[in-house]
Amino acid sequence: MSLNATQLKHVAHLSRIALDEAKIPALVVDLNAILAFAEQLQDSRLDALAPMAHPWDQSQPLRADEVTESDAREALQRGAPAVERGLFLVPKVIE
Amino acid sequence: MSYHLKTLTELRAGLASRAFSARELATCFLNRMATHDGALNSFITQTPEQALAAADLADKRLAAGEEGALLGIPYAHKDIFCTAGIRTTCASKMLGDWVAPYDATVHQKLNAAGAVMLGKTNMDEFAMGSSNENSAFGAVKNPWDHSAVPGGSSGGSAAAVAARLVPIATGTDTGGSIRQPAAYCGITGIRPTYGRVSRYGMIAYASSLDQGGVLATSAADCAVMLQVMAGHDPRDSTSANVPVPDYVAQLNQPLAGLRIGVPRQWFTSGLDVSVAARIDDALLELEALGATRVAIDLPDAELALAAYYLIAPAEASSNLSRFDGVRFGYRCANPRDLNDLYERSRSEGFGPEVQRRILIGTYALSAGYYDAFYVRAQRARRQISANFAAAFARCDVIAGPVAPTVAFNLGAHSSDPVTMYLEDIYTIPVNLAGLPGMSIPVGFAGTRPVGMQLIGSAFTEARLLAVAHHYQQHTDWHQRMPAAYREDAV
Amino acid sequence: MSLQSGWEAVIGLEIHTQLATQSKIFSGAATAFGAEPNKQACAVDLGLPGVLPVLNAEAVRMAALFGLAIGAEVALESTFDRKNYFYPDLPKGYQISQLAQPIVRGGTVVINVGEGDKAVQKTINLTRAHLEEDAGKSLHEDFAGMTGIDLNRAGTPLIEIVSEPEMSSSAEAVAYARKIHAMVQYLGICDGNMQEGSFRVDANISVRRRGDPQLGTRTEVKNVNSFRFLERAIDYEITRQIELIEEGGTVQQQTRLYDPDKDETRMMRTKEAADDYRYFPDPDLLPVVIAPETLMAWKAGLPELPDAKAARYQAEYGLSAYDAAVLTSTKETAAYFEQTLAAMGSAGDAKLCANWVSGILAAQLNKASLDTTHSLVRAEALGQLLLRVADSTLSNKLAKDVFDAMWAGEGEPDAIIEARGLKQITDHSVIEAMVDAILAEHPDKVAEYRGGKDKLFGFFVGLVMKAAKGKANPQQLNEVLNVRLGPCGAGD
Repeated sequence: MSLNATQLKHVAHLSRIALDEAKIPALVVDLNAILAFAEQLQDSRLDALAPMAHPWDQSQPLRADEVTESDAREALQRGAPAVERGLFLVPKVIE
Repeated sequence: MSYHLKTLTELRAGLASRAFSARELATCFLNRMATHDGALNSFITQTPEQALAAADLADKRLAAGEEGALLGIPYAHKDIFCTAGIRTTCASKMLGDWVAPYDATVHQKLNAAGAVMLGKTNMDEFAMGSSNENSAFGAVKNPWDHSAVPGGSSGGSAAAVAARLVPIATGTDTGGSIRQPAAYCGITGIRPTYGRVSRYGMIAYASSLDQGGVLATSAADCAVMLQVMAGHDPRDSTSANVPVPDYVAQLNQPLAGLRIGVPRQWFTSGLDVSVAARIDDALLELEALGATRVAIDLPDAELALAAYYLIAPAEASSNLSRFDGVRFGYRCANPRDLNDLYERSRSEGFGPEVQRRILIGTYALSAGYYDAFYVRAQRARRQISANFAAAFARCDVIAGPVAPTVAFNLGAHSSDPVTMYLEDIYTIPVNLAGLPGMSIPVGFAGTRPVGMQLIGSAFTEARLLAVAHHYQQHTDWHQRMPAAYREDAV
Repeated sequence: MSLQSGWEAVIGLEIHTQLATQSKIFSGAATAFGAEPNKQACAVDLGLPGVLPVLNAEAVRMAALFGLAIGAEVALESTFDRKNYFYPDLPKGYQISQLAQPIVRGGTVVINVGEGDKAVQKTINLTRAHLEEDAGKSLHEDFAGMTGIDLNRAGTPLIEIVSEPEMSSSAEAVAYARKIHAMVQYLGICDGNMQEGSFRVDANISVRRRGDPQLGTRTEVKNVNSFRFLERAIDYEITRQIELIEEGGTVQQQTRLYDPDKDETRMMRTKEAADDYRYFPDPDLLPVVIAPETLMAWKAGLPELPDAKAARYQAEYGLSAYDAAVLTSTKETAAYFEQTLAAMGSAGDAKLCANWVSGILAAQLNKASLDTTHSLVRAEALGQLLLRVADSTLSNKLAKDVFDAMWAGEGEPDAIIEARGLKQITDHSVIEAMVDAILAEHPDKVAEYRGGKDKLFGFFVGLVMKAAKGKANPQQLNEVLNVRLGPCGAGD
């Protein structure tokens, strides 16, 4: 399975990464070289195996429903690119 | 005083007996960093002021008779662990001067133990790489040979320890990022079992594979540090709720009767002959110490590579979505609109390898490809795990190469991602199966160090450390250090 | 609304229900509504680098309770997935949700459509209900062309309750939504506040020609924050789609917003092939396992739910199915009814209480746009009033006057009765005296009555009532008059 320039642009949009048009052909070659590994996955032994998402068969620990965090807005927003009246600012979102 | 030539055990004894102070110790290593790191570039951030303050505090605690495994011991953090008040960059322009408002659990534990952080080390951006060339803060040099890479992604930690700029450092290992740089730099590194060390505050690359660990000059030193770092953390749902054994106390468990499995499939044409020869020497030494060598099968290395290079980028593509220029970190100048803000912030903020992996990962998860790539890779992961289970039915520990070659030259693979990925072929299966692995120095090929990998079943770090420790009691490869860094700083 | 002939609508609802936990689903930040922007958004909610989610036990319990209440399968093992998309109010660039293995699978609810004798029941099947985290909010006003992002709501636990597309009118859809709304409040797992967004309904709507086995293209209407708007939005959308097709057009798969000011839906965005959420299992979270005995304990601890309560009201109090359904339609109404009845003590009259709660009280609340919990007449006070009806102190008509006075804040019923002198005259001798006085004033009419002019009975009743200022007990008055006048046509 290989990736063409059109698919790459679609994937780049999903990833919100701007592609330099001039670099697309080289990137297609690189990505396809990586995807060529994936041929290994056609191995039919895998058909019967359950997908493994985690190394161990542990179950999710649960926390008690308690409020443990207090207002730390000032500290949490110190590294924010644009803040006004406690809100994070972004270019206008049109709905 | 040549503190940099001492082991952690010696440093602890000296501090405890007040032969020297934590401040003197920190000053010595800070001076070494100031003298040598210009050439190595192993640090992104040096924190002398905070270090001396922490050392003074440690001295007070020591004077009060307090004992602690790391009280007053200097160390460095891979710059992937969040440290309140000190920037955390992940070697990315995306984070730049971002300062986390919280400490990673690992950092909290080291702080509580009284360890003295001297700075934060260079790495491949977001831990993606095997050469430390993918850093927004520049490549790191291998202290054994400045024309060679130190390995990656924990290349800064490995180089700093190898050059004895710090006695010990943290690292993370998602596909080999502790073991491979440890091998390339001739030091000892341990990647613990998945879940052994908390991932809270350790910036995620691939969440189901990432694990924090230690880079040091010996297995005994690794044991001391891991003892402090390991343990269950309620803030990390994937953290293992399994008791932590006394690693130091178990270092001397005997090797007699130990079965060391050597995978047939790993000693083939892909492996450099000098690397193979050094590993064979090391295995002979272990046999002489009472262990038995058993030939085992550990197939599917290529399958593992294929699975890893889909699973890790898939998880990364999602983990790195939060770097969007909205709440923290880099934002492009004058965004035209929201989409422009996202796309330019991310393409200007992330380096090329990170972008490549995000694109691959997004593709592997996208509609129409998810089953063929991602789900299939997860099935392969189960196969790899089963292969290890079968292997451990025949042996107690697996030994083999860490990487196919010794450290390669800077720039050698930078134009070819696939060749770079093949560097990880012996380390990746361990991550997929969530197992603990070590790298220990076993000699040289030319001027460059060779590492041997030791792999255990889940939560057998104590045994791996003991095997390595016995070997190091009878060999001196781990005490070798690059000549240019041997002398004290002036 | 009646559909244009020859068409039928197919409606399914997705209801986002905020769970009434103290803290968020994956962090220890508070969930309270109305805090200053971003003061209840901690590092986990903001998706800062390195932080990790840990699941809130109470969110799991509440989701399971809902599943148990609707007779669904509550999964002993469920998993979390990431839904990936970029939006400023979605801090991590993905929402943690459940796709492959939701916690609640299947289930049914019974709805009542129509009123009184014409009410019919219909069973609606649910597809699933899954746990997920809420997103933050975008504020569009007044930041020099910028949008402000408030992430206080981010990470609030939700269950998204998904029905099968089995409703065929706005009335059915509203009845279903109201039933789910009632259930989650009976269970105490949601405050049900629609204005504050605690209970948000999205409707998937399509139309097709009657008998056509093929489903039409559907639109999704979002942003409906009241049952009234839900009804109007669905009606508008059905009409729009039918007209569009009849004019030769085709319905586009779209997300539409309902605008209550204009009473119309308008396009928000088209659903493109580009919507690719790249769901995959969240590697930061492990499978959620519920022990069978835990589930059994939860099941045993379920409160009495609307259907069971309605059945009990019918069996225990002899109420009609319709009255029982109305009284149990919200937890508050049922509680009010039961408190009113309890306040009457041993003289309790369930039918009387039912009539008043679902009649006069409901009308008054509706007029004042209040819900039961904000009634200006407390249940205990209404019970006291109804005691005076039951013991014949007040006629129904006078009781309504007293109720109005209570509503106006004039005090307790007995005090109002006393102050206004509304107490019914039930003293037999007093009524006899009044009757005798009237009959003595009208000997001619008495004679005419006795001569067979039976219509004069009402004349005497009227005169006595007038003299008694309407307060004479009607039954007693009739009895006394009958005795005093003797049989009609009996002669003198």
